[in-house]
Amino acid sequence: MKEENIDDQNGKLSRRTLIGGALASSLLYVGSAFGKAIQTAPPLIPTTPYDPTKKLGQGPSKLGKRSLFEASVRKPSDISSRTPLQDLYSTITPSDLHFERHHAGVPVIDPEKYELLIHGMVEKPMKFTLHDLKRFPSVTRTCFIECAGNFRTGKEEMTAQEICGLTSQSEWTGVMLSTLFREVGLDLKATWFLAEGSDAAVLTRSIPVSKGWDDAMIVYAQNGEAVRPEQGYPARLLLPGWEGNTCVKWIRRIEISDEPFMTREETSKYTYPVKDRIRQFSFDMDARSIITYPSYPSKVEPGWIEIHGIAWSGRGKVHQVDISTDAGNTWSTARLQGPVLDKAHTYFRHLWQWKGDETEILSRVVDETGYTQPTIKQLIDARGNDMGGYHLNPVTAWVVKRDGTVLFKPETYKS
Amino acid sequence: MIAFCESYEFDAKEVGYKQVDSLKHNKDSVGWPVTFGFGRVATTAEITAWDIDVRPDGKGLPIGSGSVANGKALYAVKCFACHGVTGEETPGVKLPAPALVSDTTFKGRKVNTIGNYWPYASTVFDYIRRSMPYNAPGSLTNNEVYAVTAFLLSANKIIDPDAVIDAQSLPKIVMPAQKYYIKDDRKGGPEVK
Repeated sequence: MKEENIDDQNGKLSRRTLIGGALASSLLYVGSAFGKAIQTAPPLIPTTPYDPTKKLGQGPSKLGKRSLFEASVRKPSDISSRTPLQDLYSTITPSDLHFERHHAGVPVIDPEKYELLIHGMVEKPMKFTLHDLKRFPSVTRTCFIECAGNFRTGKEEMTAQEICGLTSQSEWTGVMLSTLFREVGLDLKATWFLAEGSDAAVLTRSIPVSKGWDDAMIVYAQNGEAVRPEQGYPARLLLPGWEGNTCVKWIRRIEISDEPFMTREETSKYTYPVKDRIRQFSFDMDARSIITYPSYPSKVEPGWIEIHGIAWSGRGKVHQVDISTDAGNTWSTARLQGPVLDKAHTYFRHLWQWKGDETEILSRVVDETGYTQPTIKQLIDARGNDMGGYHLNPVTAWVVKRDGTVLFKPETYKS
Repeated sequence: MIAFCESYEFDAKEVGYKQVDSLKHNKDSVGWPVTFGFGRVATTAEITAWDIDVRPDGKGLPIGSGSVANGKALYAVKCFACHGVTGEETPGVKLPAPALVSDTTFKGRKVNTIGNYWPYASTVFDYIRRSMPYNAPGSLTNNEVYAVTAFLLSANKIIDPDAVIDAQSLPKIVMPAQKYYIKDDRKGGPEVK
């Protein structure tokens, strides 16, 4: 067989076929002989298409893989790795594309040695192994986790991933924290607890006990399998709707107390100036939405376009998503994909006939508390120019150019 | 306790209500035993080994002490590579880690530092002990943590250059930015705040 076709030995398409057949329109990152990503220009001559009806395919394997034609990846920086929101078709984030953010790297934790300690204002200070945690009555819940610092702007060539890729959604399984509270005998006077991770940052956050009784969980599974290492393997705290930093990963200790501990992550970080004051303990993630198609770097043609994207609120369900295709002059209600879940990414769609004129498209969510996603100007007016980078959820606008190019409309914002 | 935390009394009442409510009305727990008997009682030694947190009122601070002078020497060896020689923001220089030192003026500050932004001295001790140095977390002795804490507080003009701090004196230090802190009171609804 020709080099351009399937290589029987390793089941991989040759580099030329992959580039010419699948991704001729864009630049491609491929692995070099040294394992480093290098940028390659697409070849000028397309190769002969491979005919799958004339070649026996590969047999069954132990672990499934993404198609060789799919190149969706996270976007890592030194401290985080962002979900490619523009590549997703629905609300569950594939586990290996879930964003990651950690403060001292991803620890390796042996599940056989893992233990969770709960102590402080309790009748019985206790330690639970992973096996113990799995024996308690379990619960499965789908919700998003979003980093509190999830807004970037600055240039037109920005993807949804770059603007707000620090939000992802999974179906989580574990034990309700209230079940464990009950087991250790929580002191009724307790008001706060400290959650501590076993990473090299030994990261800590203070959480009101009320959240523990309400809907907090210790989760050990994500999308049906064990939680991924970057997501807190073997167990993490899940506080639905609350800022990602509070959902302490690799959790090893919970100390029940009657006051907050004022840890670094809730004083020096994850707080923000609001008109000459510093606002602290902003646990809820405010309602937000973003159009993920069309968005940079996609290109559109005149005619019918299905606009789609995600909307979410840390305070409950998405009530409504409005779409404007004329730069905010008029708004229409988008269709929501059901079931609409509490504190969860919700998919929205809106059919639009584009005539080919330059315009701006925007989305705006209203949550069940009646909160409407604000513009950046509304946020600046409410908080002042010195408002920092946390808990920003502005309406995102995309500019559709006459040639079909879609560009981000950067906000005027002092970073 | 510190005045700021008095605002949490409301939370305590709310929590009390929710707790009773949860125990009474959680349908999922109908038919559950009083205890499942999974897990085991933790020993005092196990708790002590992991319980390293320090609260603003000083609870959790270990025996020991440290001087500004010792802290300055330690900083010059273990901290400067990431936080800079002086710990201050230097225009045009991108440090691998945040600036730590400035004056104590909150309004008009260029960057957030211990002096102009951190509300509690206990947090400086707690964070250094649990997370620093970045490449060797948890490697400092308690006396060394006290010393580096003292140096940083002194560099930020919060304590005197000849100060020595310990479990008694550290919780008494009032941080200049503490008065600016407010608890988020937003509960949803139409208002943008």
